[in-house]
Amino acid sequence: MIKHESIETNAGLLIVLTLIVISIGGLVEIVPLFFINDTVEEVEGVRPYSALELRGRDIYQREGCYLCHSQMIRPFRDELLRYGHYSLAAESKYDHPFQWGSKRTGPDLARVGNKYSNEWHVAHLVNPRDVVPQSIMPNYPWLLEADLDYSDVQDRMRALKMTGVPYSENQQEFERNVAEFGPAIAEKLDILRAEETLMQQALANDYDGQRSRITEMDALVAYLQVLGTMVDFSKYDEGYFADFR
Amino acid sequence: MSETKAKTQGQVVQTTGHAWDGDLQEFNNPLPTWWLWAFYATVVFAVVYWIFYPAWPVGGTFTKGVMNTITFTDSDGSQKTTHWNTRSLLLKELQEGKHAARSREYTEKVAGASYQEILADPEMMEFTRSMAKGVFGDNCAACHGAGGTGVVGLFPNLADDAWLWGGSVEEIETTLREGRYGFMPAFKSALTDRQLDDVASYVLSLSGEAVDADAATRGEKIFQTSEGGCYYCHTSSGTGLKSQGAANLTDQIWTVADVSGAATPEDRKAAVKRVISNGVDRRMPAWSERLSDAQIKLLTVYVHELGGGQ
Ligand code: HEC
Ligand code: HEC
Ligand code: HEC
Repeated sequence: MIKHESIETNAGLLIVLTLIVISIGGLVEIVPLFFINDTVEEVEGVRPYSALELRGRDIYQREGCYLCHSQMIRPFRDELLRYGHYSLAAESKYDHPFQWGSKRTGPDLARVGNKYSNEWHVAHLVNPRDVVPQSIMPNYPWLLEADLDYSDVQDRMRALKMTGVPYSENQQEFERNVAEFGPAIAEKLDILRAEETLMQQALANDYDGQRSRITEMDALVAYLQVLGTMVDFSKYDEGYFADFR
Repeated sequence: MSETKAKTQGQVVQTTGHAWDGDLQEFNNPLPTWWLWAFYATVVFAVVYWIFYPAWPVGGTFTKGVMNTITFTDSDGSQKTTHWNTRSLLLKELQEGKHAARSREYTEKVAGASYQEILADPEMMEFTRSMAKGVFGDNCAACHGAGGTGVVGLFPNLADDAWLWGGSVEEIETTLREGRYGFMPAFKSALTDRQLDDVASYVLSLSGEAVDADAATRGEKIFQTSEGGCYYCHTSSGTGLKSQGAANLTDQIWTVADVSGAATPEDRKAAVKRVISNGVDRRMPAWSERLSDAQIKLLTVYVHELGGGQ
């Protein structure tokens, strides 16, 4: 037996034993969820982000939007009335790291996709007070000026692929994606064509209102506009989701 | 750990046995009894909780708790019973909770009534106002402002009497359900700078603004012929086609051009000219998927009343 006194007088040992005790608490809470079949709901529609949306998500993280915005609508009446359907675990299964958060200086953004127009997002991000006079959100005017750097987008997708996100890098994986997500989306998940599909999406939708350029604003608005829109809730009975808890 | 005793204020007390700097010691008093019992109580509570609520993982599933189920009405109308969980709890609260019970009576009444009946019934209007105000704040205020007054150039004022797409309840409902796309082409390459000046003068003259008469006459020709083609959408009288969402140019109410914010006649002309050269491209999102039928109905009545209706 180690004596209490020898633990207290040996900082290294104290640290190691403290870590062990704390991890037991964490493991007991978290690990079973990996094995319980009902943790992640079976729903159609959830797909990995396209290359452009992925870059938008990186910018979201770089700018620290998560410090003020959560992306997790909890199953409470008031949240439902304000933000829409509560978030499903399945909706963030391709998010690494997830953006659930708990700090809500601003509203939850889990279902902000398609709620506002692209023009609104651009005006709001450049100076929130132009559209919401009482807003305390900071200005992000540089997003409209900075050209989007997507030279490393393939590497970013490869890194996510290692964590299990189904981006494709060869014909076999591509065909698996066609079977699972359909041909149009499978194309957007193809790492080898990432730069091409990124440009296509940005030019076709012109999120930032500047047709000739692809800016960081294009990427961020593309990301915001897809949040919470992947699952078509009209396809499911409400009680269906209760089976997964 | 060796334990020793120390004397303090005449009493003998347990110490932890450590001694620092020769004589510095730490008391080792027993835990207070109330604390100890509270601790045992939490242990007992945990065991009871494990029995009645979802708790322990077992293989691919978990213990669901005994004698603790929730029954609610599913979307297809059938009764569904599940083990205790927050999602079922929410559904049940939405159907049977305190708030639901209080508002159901009115929600059903409003849902079943025609617009004419709602508008004529002060009690239903009172309810509509209070419910719709919240929905408007959560979904519409970011663009149209909390009071519906909008932002000149970006989002139209809903609290005035002018409607781009029509101010009847039916037209407003269509606007909300399907969204609207306000589009006018940019004329900066089709018309010269001088022509833009002239047609801007004519547009201002339509709402009674004092302008250079010669310029306005030249502008009228551009407006009313295929040279500018303005009359396709704004009509030859300038009152605007509702089916295109084209603004009424004769009413002194400006929704895109910042005329009211301009101090001098030159600034007013510049504001109108800017709109004509750059065109308009703005969208009202569609709400039929995000909001329920009842919410859209409440909002329609609310917006109709905000703008004095039609
Ligand atoms: C200092 C805290 C803060 C930060 C940082 C912040 N926001 Fe906000 N955000 C707010 C507040 C407060 C509001 C509500 C007022 C408003 O609409 O501007 C808001 C509103 C929003 C909305 C509208 C949500 C709705 O449903 O109406 C969006 C979208 C948004 N923010 C996106 C972002 C993005 C993207 C970033 C990072 C580039 C960001 N925010 C950073 C505080 C913040
Ligand atoms: C993303 C910003 C945005 C949001 C959010 C928004 N609107 Fe609009 N709305 C617009 C724009 C832009 C127009 C003008 C369309 C045009 O130019 O034809 C408009 C037009 C309208 C009109 C037609 C006005 C007219 O004169 O005919 C109504 C009514 C309206 N909105 C109501 C609402 C309601 C109710 C909501 C909330 C459910 C809402 N809007 C949310 C941007 C928005
Ligand atoms: C394709 C149809 C179309 C044509 C052609 C068109 N307009 Fe418009 N115009 C619109 C619409 C739609 C709006 C309102 C946009 C909105 O509010 O979203 C508008 C708005 C305006 C406004 C701003 C009104 C305000 O209240 O702020 C002016 C000024 C104007 N048009 C002038 C012209 C002139 C001058 C021409 C011809 C050179 C012209 N328009 C041709 C559709 C058209």
